[in-house]
Amino acid sequence: MSTVLEKPLNFSSERRRGERRKHARAAASSATVPREDRQTVGAAVVENPRIRCTDINVHYGSKHAVKNVTLDIGQHEVMAMIGPSGCGKSTFLRCLNRMNDTIDNCRITGDIWLDGLNVNDRAIDVVPLRAKVGMVFQKPNPFPKSIYENIAFGPRIHGLARNKTDLDEIVVNSLQNAGLWQEVKDQLDQLGTSLSGGQQQRLCIARAIAVNPEVILMDEPCSALDPIATAVIENLMSELCAEYSIVIVTHSMQQAARVSHRTAYFHLGDLIEVGTTESVFMNPLHQLTEDYITGRFG
Amino acid sequence: MQIFILLFILAAMTVISFYLGRQRALTVAGGNVAALNSLPGYYGYYMALWCGIPALFILMFWLFFESAIVAGIVVTSLPDAFTTLPEQQLNLVLNEIVNLAKENISAGQVSSEITAAAQLYNQIQTVSSGLLFALVVTLGAGGAAFAWNRIHVQQRARNKVERTVLIFLMICSTIAIFTTLGIVLSVLFEAMRFFQMVPLTDFLLGLEWSPQTAIRSDQIGSSGAFGAVPLFAGTLLVSVIAMTVAAPLGLMTAIYLSEYASPAIRARSKPLLEILAGIPTVVYGFFAALTVAPLVRGWGESLGLSVSSESALAAGVVMGIMIIPFVSSLSDDAINAVPQSLRDGAYALGATQSETIKKVIIPAALPGIAGGVLLAVSRAIGETMIVVMAAGLAANLTANPLESVTTVTVQIVTLLVGDQEFDSPKTLAAFALGLVLFAVTLTLNVIALYIVRKYREQYE
Repeated sequence: MSTVLEKPLNFSSERRRGERRKHARAAASSATVPREDRQTVGAAVVENPRIRCTDINVHYGSKHAVKNVTLDIGQHEVMAMIGPSGCGKSTFLRCLNRMNDTIDNCRITGDIWLDGLNVNDRAIDVVPLRAKVGMVFQKPNPFPKSIYENIAFGPRIHGLARNKTDLDEIVVNSLQNAGLWQEVKDQLDQLGTSLSGGQQQRLCIARAIAVNPEVILMDEPCSALDPIATAVIENLMSELCAEYSIVIVTHSMQQAARVSHRTAYFHLGDLIEVGTTESVFMNPLHQLTEDYITGRFG
Repeated sequence: MQIFILLFILAAMTVISFYLGRQRALTVAGGNVAALNSLPGYYGYYMALWCGIPALFILMFWLFFESAIVAGIVVTSLPDAFTTLPEQQLNLVLNEIVNLAKENISAGQVSSEITAAAQLYNQIQTVSSGLLFALVVTLGAGGAAFAWNRIHVQQRARNKVERTVLIFLMICSTIAIFTTLGIVLSVLFEAMRFFQMVPLTDFLLGLEWSPQTAIRSDQIGSSGAFGAVPLFAGTLLVSVIAMTVAAPLGLMTAIYLSEYASPAIRARSKPLLEILAGIPTVVYGFFAALTVAPLVRGWGESLGLSVSSESALAAGVVMGIMIIPFVSSLSDDAINAVPQSLRDGAYALGATQSETIKKVIIPAALPGIAGGVLLAVSRAIGETMIVVMAAGLAANLTANPLESVTTVTVQIVTLLVGDQEFDSPKTLAAFALGLVLFAVTLTLNVIALYIVRKYREQYE
């Protein structure tokens, strides 16, 4: 287990938020790393990580989108990536399951180790990799097929089910784990696109779970959802991290604080600060991190 | 020629009105543009419209009725010997008068009454055009003066001008609609005349097509049989062959171009495919008749088959090639309309590119592809030139693609080529066939557009 908080932070009450600002100001008066310094501060490396990234650089043509990022994703942890738009956090996330392959003129260097496999090695087969590292997107993207077929798609292409009974079981388990079973158990043959936005997003999570991944990447999974659906997904994440490592990119600092164990702050392609969510929010080490979380920037 | 001078004068008046109207607006506003309800230009347009439109209307009206009125006056001036003639002969006389008046024939060949009538005709024409000239110029100037008087600071010129533009646009769009309606109705009424002579059931269910009717009762073999089933079967056969070629090739082309091809290849091959769509069908027709048909016959004979030199196969294959770009560009649109997020979703689950295409993209794009194919079918059914040249004229009821067949469109062409009498069933049969063709393609298009539209709504 990596350094994990007992309980994710809760900033719901005004009083606590006030305290946090006080903390932040206190930290600012102590010596923080100045804004010009772009070396990663905090604890980027953990013991026995699930994914270990070293010196990741991503170029889109001439644009240097991710600069020398070294970061570990621990086992059974929720890692939140925050930062202003265009800071490279989504790009970095997409490196972890090689989704950047679909983008022309995108060049990635560095090593990403997952179970003794270098993800960034051009020679590896991305098909089993993507089964190990699932992904949930910003906008729910269920296939225009039935709910059942949406879940069964992954197990079918990876040959995970020997027969119909196996497949049924995978579908039911995935929907249960995604907290969607009770709502859709009587309408498995309906179109996945007919569900509400929050249900669609949970369907996409169930679809990712169905291929039995080790890591789930979530790229702003709640930005298209209302607050209630968001709360449901956030609860789901804290349940899922018992079995999977979750990496979530989010624009909501409250969300990062609520769901994550560790937080990484990106700024213009640099990984500025990594640490436990508590330490990043309560006691940021870098001036840029403090500017961002106190709302002075971004 | 005089009309053109008149039109030119009217146009000049309109342009002058525009500037006068604008100037008037500035004057009434005392140079303060902000005080005006609309921009000065709108007052200019307002006055120009008042100058141009009523005058133009009167001009059109006048020209429309002028010849009839003048002819009426000339006829009444003729001696009784002419006015009591039957209508058709009277028309001939009138033609002669008009031709004489316009100096298309020399006066030496005609009687004195007609010469006198031609002179009268010319006199009336001169008076008429003088009147028209005066009327149009007066109306133009009057309209402009009326508008000039009405221009004041509070006047809402913009609303009026824009309303006029709106009405003009509406008239433009209804012209196309009413023309279509007119075509449909004329086809419908002529077809009904046909069905009074040949029963509908005989036409739709009869197995023999032989439209040559006897001119004299003692002619042999010209009984006239109007059973259109062989034509429908021929059309169906050629269309099926065409779609067998076009649907898979077009779809595969679309998949390659939209999913696999590099941007460079795509940029070059799409225009090339569109050139295929730009070749005139008559060129395809002689390609089919002179290149493909002999080729098909040669192959058939080397296999010991008897192949007609004009075969359904040759026409169908060439027609299929012709509609490939049609199918491929519509399928391409449908495939490109599948959102990237669905591709990402499939890739993120570890699907390969071919799995993504087969299991996600094609199913998602299928309604659009089906719509495109249906549009292509209606195109194939309505296609004429290739089948005229390559499929033959014999109305064989056969499913053998190596024999010559004929289609609905080919028969319409052959029925209406050459001299016609407009009340024989042979000529009217073309309208009945046209009606069937129209009904079928309209139905196909409506279904196709419905499918395509329903599908579009799914993602937007």
